[in-house]
Amino acid sequence: MDALDLARWQFGVTTVYHFLFVPLTIGLGVFVAGLQTAWHRTGKEHYLRLTKFFGKIFLINFAMGVVTGIVQEFQFGMNWSEYSIFVGDVFGAPLALEALLAFFLESTFIGLWIFGWDKLPKRVHLATIWIAVIGSTVSAYFILAANAWMKHPVGYEVIDGKARMTDLWAVLTNSAALAQVPHVVGAAFVVGGGFVLAVCGHQVLKERRTATARRNPPSIWRTPIRAALAMTAIAGAVVAVSGDMSAKLLYEQQPMKLAAAEGLTHDTAGAAFSPVPGVEIPKLLSFLSTNDPNAVVQGTTDIQTRFTEQFGPADYLPNLPVVFWSFRVMIVFGMATVGLSILGLWLTRRRRGGNHPQQEIPAWFARAALLALPLPTIAMISGWLLSEIGRQPWTVQGELLTAASVSPGVSLTEVAISLAVFTLVYGVFAVAEAVLIIRHVKAGPEPAVPAAPLIPPSRDDQAADVRLQPTLMY
Amino acid sequence: MELTTFWFVLIAFLWIGYFVLEGFDFGVGMLAPALARNEAERKQVLGTIGPVWDGNEVWLITAVGAMFAAFPAWYAGLLSEFYLPITLILVGLIVRGVGLEWRGKVQHASDRAWCDLSVLVGSALPAFLWGAVFADLLRNSALAALVGGVLSLSLCVLHGAVFVALKTSGPVRSRARRAAVIAAAVALPAAVVALPNIPVTDAVAAGWSAAPWLWAGALASMAALASGIALTWRGRDGWAFAATASSIALGGAALFGALWPAPLPGLTVAEAASGPYTLGMLTWIGLIALPFVLGYQAWSYWVFRKRLVAEVSVAKVS
Repeated sequence: MDALDLARWQFGVTTVYHFLFVPLTIGLGVFVAGLQTAWHRTGKEHYLRLTKFFGKIFLINFAMGVVTGIVQEFQFGMNWSEYSIFVGDVFGAPLALEALLAFFLESTFIGLWIFGWDKLPKRVHLATIWIAVIGSTVSAYFILAANAWMKHPVGYEVIDGKARMTDLWAVLTNSAALAQVPHVVGAAFVVGGGFVLAVCGHQVLKERRTATARRNPPSIWRTPIRAALAMTAIAGAVVAVSGDMSAKLLYEQQPMKLAAAEGLTHDTAGAAFSPVPGVEIPKLLSFLSTNDPNAVVQGTTDIQTRFTEQFGPADYLPNLPVVFWSFRVMIVFGMATVGLSILGLWLTRRRRGGNHPQQEIPAWFARAALLALPLPTIAMISGWLLSEIGRQPWTVQGELLTAASVSPGVSLTEVAISLAVFTLVYGVFAVAEAVLIIRHVKAGPEPAVPAAPLIPPSRDDQAADVRLQPTLMY
Repeated sequence: MELTTFWFVLIAFLWIGYFVLEGFDFGVGMLAPALARNEAERKQVLGTIGPVWDGNEVWLITAVGAMFAAFPAWYAGLLSEFYLPITLILVGLIVRGVGLEWRGKVQHASDRAWCDLSVLVGSALPAFLWGAVFADLLRNSALAALVGGVLSLSLCVLHGAVFVALKTSGPVRSRARRAAVIAAAVALPAAVVALPNIPVTDAVAAGWSAAPWLWAGALASMAALASGIALTWRGRDGWAFAATASSIALGGAALFGALWPAPLPGLTVAEAASGPYTLGMLTWIGLIALPFVLGYQAWSYWVFRKRLVAEVSVAKVS
């Protein structure tokens, strides 16, 4: 174990952790903005209650995404100074643009949204949440463009041992980025939709448990469930199509990752696809990678030989089992989520004959909907493991090895301390966030008609004041 | 102005903006337990920065992002050289942000107390450490780091106290003004020791004709600090805030002036810089975007311009 290993662990831990929150920020943010838009257009009170209910969860999660994101920007310089010096001219630009064009929007307008409920005109207030979520999505684009450059460097030349940008437009429209952005942002909507689905499933089960459920007014959860199902299914289609694009790009740009994901050791014409070891679908891999069932797909061992000739002797193989299995987990868990959402759309379809018991969400489906929370999150994390571990041993494909990227002046002790500190802090906050969200979901949304007493609450009546106040303010 | 100079100035501007804006955020975070006697007052104090602190923090993200893009070797050198202090700063920013955002979302008073502690510690750590890091960078001594840390910490407390006085009314405002005077009793001596010790030798050695202006900046910073105290004393909250903001800005200008042309020992701006193509492209985008950013951020301050009273939420209901 040396500083390099720990630095890699630190990047893995902090980045995976950061990405537990980011997709929910993007997906749930758009969902909340959509609910507020529905309230704005229809004036129906239950949309406002849902906006505030999901809005609060969104904010609990948003805070974690923001603070863990700061670490991301700093740790390139802290742990990967050689990498930073090599790539800064190219890679730094999208990071700077992300801060300037996206983070300022996101942070300023989220503040206006949280505190602006009774200070801004309704229409302007609605605009603030949309601008904030657009900011989040724009930030995803820039950071993914930067990440795509590591896998498929374009628009640069190497001068005096440093990459120098020659074409910003090429960096921002990198083919790898154009496939990756819809894949990751689409997956974020799947995660967001799945989260809403799970929360609604819980609420539907809770309604059914209470004796009076049948006599209550129609459930407010039907609309968000339908919306979340549609969001998950549509986003799932985007993820599938862009995933196919990514696979075809891997064939050209990162053959080692493709071979590792498929466990293909030797260059093979008409390569078969093997969903699980032992099962093979003839020629499918060649077809998926090139649209030609007889094309030659390179294998890991043969690529190793070619890389050794091209770049000198070294081990150019990524961690093969991790890449192989994360690929499968990603596909199976991702498709399971989308399958669940399509099933749900069919089950909850509007039937002729108006409002009768058939319109209810079946209990078994409400229970199954709880799975929509972990499934896409696990798929997403697996996708990142595939993508980033599959890139090894390079930080910049074909240009810079990970071993040559680490900070030379940072000691093992220093990395160990920061890794321990971040892991500890992150662990505590992960538990705290889970508890906070679970408590909030269990409490449910504000009651339909707030029982507002007309007497002004007195100073020592703060508990009542909290209940009365349906805002997101402190 | 040639591009590397322009980008050095722009990065200095972003850092100074960060010190001025997050400076009062840090101060408010540290003062909240002292200024508030009950939950309503704590909401009042933290409410002054609630809508804006996240936007203020993005000045740091942008400053560091701009360093990465424009001067990769400066970015990488600074962050890897000051590895452990930067780690602690990040931990501070994490616990502080979470504390600020979550304290309104937890149900129990004990959870709120944890959030308040996070805000206090998370504000104090970066407020002290940024000063210590930059002082150490300039003078390379533990004593300088200590003095720099004390100066930046006490300036943040002072600046935050003046900000609370400007943004609140009632008992909290009077307590904030008293706190400002106490913070000033630390900040002023620290400034008198630290600011004249900003080394100008590099700049002089490089034949930089503006070197004497560094002295002027440091002196003006002290003068602004002193006048800020006097203005607070006389209840001129707005002017007092302008004075403490100027003091931090002028001190920051002197600091970055002293880092020119070598922001790290043995590394000049020219050696650290990205190529002219990158700097040129970023200049265009930056010049177009920055006015919008400044505009909407200023607008958000305008939206929340009113002084907060305790129990502001209750007033809304009736």
